[in-house]
Amino acid sequence: MTEMLAIDWLTAVIFVPLAGAMLAFLLPRQAHLVGVGAMALTALVTIALVLQVLTEGAMITHLGNWEAPLGIDLRVDGLSAILLAMTAGVGLLVSLGALDSYASRRVPERMRRYFWPLWLLLLSGLNGAYLSTDLFNLYVMLEVIALAAVGLTVLSGRIEAVRAGLEYMYASILGALLFLMGVGFVYLELGRLDFAGLLAANSSPALSAALALMVAGLALKTALFPLHVWLPQAHSNATAPASALLSALVVKVSLYIVLRLAQYMLPPSEILVALIGVLGLGAILWGSIQALRAERLKLLVAWSTVAQIGLIFVAFARAGADGVAESWKAAALLMLAHAIAKAAMFLAAGRIKDEIGHDRIRDLDRSPIRPTLAQLSFAVAAISLVGLPPSLGFAGKWILMEGAMTNGYWHWIVVTMTATMLSVAYFSRVLTGFLRFDRQRTPAGEHQGWALADAAPLTLALFALGLGLFAAPILSFMDIGYPFGATP
Amino acid sequence: MSTGLIFGLTGLAVFIIGLCGALILVDPLRRLLALKLCSVGASFMLIVAAWNAPPATPDPVPHALVITGIVVMISATAVALALIRRLHTLEQEQND
Repeated sequence: MTEMLAIDWLTAVIFVPLAGAMLAFLLPRQAHLVGVGAMALTALVTIALVLQVLTEGAMITHLGNWEAPLGIDLRVDGLSAILLAMTAGVGLLVSLGALDSYASRRVPERMRRYFWPLWLLLLSGLNGAYLSTDLFNLYVMLEVIALAAVGLTVLSGRIEAVRAGLEYMYASILGALLFLMGVGFVYLELGRLDFAGLLAANSSPALSAALALMVAGLALKTALFPLHVWLPQAHSNATAPASALLSALVVKVSLYIVLRLAQYMLPPSEILVALIGVLGLGAILWGSIQALRAERLKLLVAWSTVAQIGLIFVAFARAGADGVAESWKAAALLMLAHAIAKAAMFLAAGRIKDEIGHDRIRDLDRSPIRPTLAQLSFAVAAISLVGLPPSLGFAGKWILMEGAMTNGYWHWIVVTMTATMLSVAYFSRVLTGFLRFDRQRTPAGEHQGWALADAAPLTLALFALGLGLFAAPILSFMDIGYPFGATP
Repeated sequence: MSTGLIFGLTGLAVFIIGLCGALILVDPLRRLLALKLCSVGASFMLIVAAWNAPPATPDPVPHALVITGIVVMISATAVALALIRRLHTLEQEQND
């Protein structure tokens, strides 16, 4: 029994999905069973880790008993734990959705076989990045994530997907190189790469340049305007479960690293913070305009990701007086809200496309088939992304505006409001299509197209809506081991 | 101008040439090669910066970073090449 208790959950949460990925690759016929099994096990490990953080606070594991700066430490605090929980929760539900959508006979064998190893590898990389306390380790994790993500993008094997995946690969390579250069310069300046070393360092022009390089690389990977060009095609051409994972989880990890870096390498200069805010504004406007123009449902959802990432960057830059020290909470909450709601929305969009047979927005109201539950999930997810109460998105925007208001950043409140209005506008394009029945020839059946596959998007959407009620406990949980300012 | 600076600027120049290529070129294979050039430039800068005048030895950690970077780049290149081949085949099928 004592041996059971001695399991190090930090290591387990990285290695369980990694082992699962290898097993799923070696047993292609049972890949889906291995995949869901490993995912469920990872979710259990994550729960154990969250409970441990709740009782014991932040924890550090020295890998191989070598302490930083010589060795590599894994550290979990409230913020890491909440993001791990988000990854496990979204991942588990998307996996269940994938189990159903890849089970049909129409789906090529290849997709069923390779989805699971790629997704588990991605999961391992994501968990590793959230626990990492070392810049170079983060670089390696980013690469693991990128390779798995590109694999998921091209899974369908269609020409558009391969083209989009190649663009994604190029963006990813360039982003990684910029990040690596930044890491190298940090080492040359400080002689160490762990977060504790960064925290202890005095700011210098060389460090600011290194930070700018790393942030540029991460902005490319997280698709911050104007470096977003690869995202819409990659996310809209992937299969539905892959899109959900890419949009909900993969872009979040680069955002998380930006959050950590900006705090540990304090103070990021005012110019850099202002620049991030302005780029966020650009992303909101451009992403929304493109979402308003998009002809296909999945493309609209992908462009809305660009706009929402812009909003997260605005939150990050402008929701507090002291730069990121205060505003990280608004940004983290918006990240959480976006992850859950966007996963629901992509799965729902995939279901709608499967049932109706196309995803042209202008023809949605002509269809005699109405996948009611998928449409409901889509609508509820849209409510959370728009930010109506009591959704999690509302809580995030509230904190953002409260922070901006108390610090007199009135123009950023206007920006947030504009982002909200625009998101209402582009989601309304879809929702009116769901609600109009006058343009269809045949009588509509109210309950057509229900399936077990609707359970995953619906559950995610309801979580996105309902978790807003628990925003206060989530925020206080994120504060455990105060992620910023104290020694990591 | 010190030797180190000349080498460093050369690395930067190689990186920028690669960057321009990656942004401007159209052909997928040439863009990939441009990105490879980028990575050579970046690695070169790190290695030069780690150099110390003899008898002092060079700092090994940037070298370790570069070696890992090379390994990562090899796998990324392999994936990109596989995708390029696949794209080529698909485009040919479409044209037929």
